[in-house]
Amino acid sequence: MDIATFLIQLLNAVQYGLLLFLIAGGLTLIFGIMGIINLAHGSFYMVGAYLAWSLSMHLGSLWLAIPAGIVLSVVLGLLIEWLLIKRLYRLGHLQQVLLTYGLILIVEEMRGIVWGDEVHSVPVPDLLSASVPLTDTLSYPVYRLGISGVCIALAVLLYVLIQRTRLGMVIRAGATNREMVQSLGIDIDLLYRFVFALGVALAALAGMIAAPVSSVFPGMGNQVLIICFVVVVIGGIGSVKGALVGALLIGLVDTFGKVVELKVGHFRLLPELAGMSVYLLMAFVLLWRPAGLFGKRA
Amino acid sequence: MQNKKRRELLIGASAIAGASMLPSIAFAQSAKLRVGLMLPYTGTYAQLGTAIENGLKLALDQSGGKFGGREVDFFKVDDESDPAKATENANRLITRDKVDVLIGSVHSGVAMGMLKVAKESGTLMLIPNAGADAATGALCTPNVFRTSFSNWQPVHPLGKVMVDKGHKKAVFITWKYAAGEESLASFKEGFTAAGGTVEKALFVPFPNVEFQALLTEIASIKPDAVACFFAGGGAVKFVKDYAAAGLKDKIPLYGSGFLTEGVLAAQGEAAEGLFTTLHYADSLDNARNKAFRSAFSKAYKVEPDVYSVQGYDTGLLLAQALDKVKGDVGNQKAIIAAMEGAVVDSPRGQWKMSKAHNPIQDIYLRRVEKGDNKVIGVAWKALEDPARGCKLG
Repeated sequence: MDIATFLIQLLNAVQYGLLLFLIAGGLTLIFGIMGIINLAHGSFYMVGAYLAWSLSMHLGSLWLAIPAGIVLSVVLGLLIEWLLIKRLYRLGHLQQVLLTYGLILIVEEMRGIVWGDEVHSVPVPDLLSASVPLTDTLSYPVYRLGISGVCIALAVLLYVLIQRTRLGMVIRAGATNREMVQSLGIDIDLLYRFVFALGVALAALAGMIAAPVSSVFPGMGNQVLIICFVVVVIGGIGSVKGALVGALLIGLVDTFGKVVELKVGHFRLLPELAGMSVYLLMAFVLLWRPAGLFGKRA
Repeated sequence: MQNKKRRELLIGASAIAGASMLPSIAFAQSAKLRVGLMLPYTGTYAQLGTAIENGLKLALDQSGGKFGGREVDFFKVDDESDPAKATENANRLITRDKVDVLIGSVHSGVAMGMLKVAKESGTLMLIPNAGADAATGALCTPNVFRTSFSNWQPVHPLGKVMVDKGHKKAVFITWKYAAGEESLASFKEGFTAAGGTVEKALFVPFPNVEFQALLTEIASIKPDAVACFFAGGGAVKFVKDYAAAGLKDKIPLYGSGFLTEGVLAAQGEAAEGLFTTLHYADSLDNARNKAFRSAFSKAYKVEPDVYSVQGYDTGLLLAQALDKVKGDVGNQKAIIAAMEGAVVDSPRGQWKMSKAHNPIQDIYLRRVEKGDNKVIGVAWKALEDPARGCKLG
């Protein structure tokens, strides 16, 4: 691999990692603050992608579809929290897994009824449809760089919201001691509803901005769900910073695992086992730090 | 067997007597043909399952609602494309619902599970899609027939097509799973035989759709051309990513026809000009195909695709064989003989059954033009799967 190719692969890795962070960020947020394992997170990602598709058709542009989609997904998040999730706070993880798994099935079925089973694609907005030539054969789509930009901006925004604002302080306090915050006169139920909706909106937003490059198809959420859990587990469950580092690590391992050739004796380790590389990474991280890179030790 | 004979006796008795209660129930049960449909009705392949069922039902309608003079009762199971549930589902259709014919499925893993059950129970089984080479290869079985294709078939002629266009060095890219690996093996065989060299085979873990790293790899290898096997959502993303990376105009992309089946609208401009090979094309110019397409779209208000054709052909084959035995499903030997000798007048063009029970069919070369898979010509006339390891016939 020459240096130019290496740098391009590095760019691919960072770009993929940032997109993973955008999806996994909401998952770790909901778990870290509310203690809810949300298996339906991938489904919200899919809903986002389908919203981007149908709204951009009706409204004529992705630029209008994204804000409208965010509003809709926040409403969806509030509704689901009010209807279902709020019953889970006092129950164990098993019940959470059961209910949110049920949600996956319901969302998938609803998707079939509302949008059908076809594969769709969302056009890249004209403003970002150009490509930057990198070598004489390869160029890089500007839209992908745009995605990275949005991911970085959101990472900063999340950090500021949680670490630097009064609202973030209350959220963090609620995560540590729910009853105490409540007794200080803060409506913790409303707060949690808001946090859950924020998580749903993050997943949906990820789906919306990924839609033009990933295409829109049934079951797309389940694919990202698994990798998101790997990200969250590597980073430490509940840590947003961990999710960022975990996502970038996965991006690196996944990208280079597919293209680097590694032989041990006669056995070709990579790229033959590229499909396992991210899970091996997870296993090693957990052996070294059972709570993940930035997880709190139990 | 003993049971069936007794039942036939009862049919005769009831026809003569026509009064007793018990024989009349037996008559009602055996009068209708029991067909088990094990297809995906949910999940990624839901659309394919529906297309196959609609095709089959169109063939049934066109033969007067009867196969071999008998009305048909369908027993449907959603196989969820889950191989882990395949054996149990197939067993239930055979033992509980007592189906005469088992039809399925789309996913190769599910079809192989069904095949195992059909082999043990001896139930007649028809595969309307799943391409696993082994089903009509090493694991071929007298009572199992395929009406679609083997994974070996659609990509095999691609190598020759590419060499004819002057591409001697190629990279093949696909998902790392059975259909992908079988496609690669078949492509390599055809391409090497035509004088080409596969520089490198690139794999994406299934069903991962993150192609960027491998596209960068392709750009640094700079082959004459790229061949691929992808389908569905992954096919849309791959074709779009390939174009977005600026590779399309520099390194021509070829593929198994599934790359552009049912997803052309979603692929849009990125797919224009791609060459693919497949056993069917929507715009195939023959009277049979036109009649089929207008009947199908009239009946179901959607355009048929290659999967509907495969379902339709399953119905045609079943109708033909059962007509020959006058609906006597007990006479499996005669049914198998009829299917082995069948010539199916399909929308994809006439095809015959091979000794290993897989279609001997023309593979078409198609080019995407204005959002349509336009047929350029026949890439390979009457292509027969090598059926390696099959001892039938």
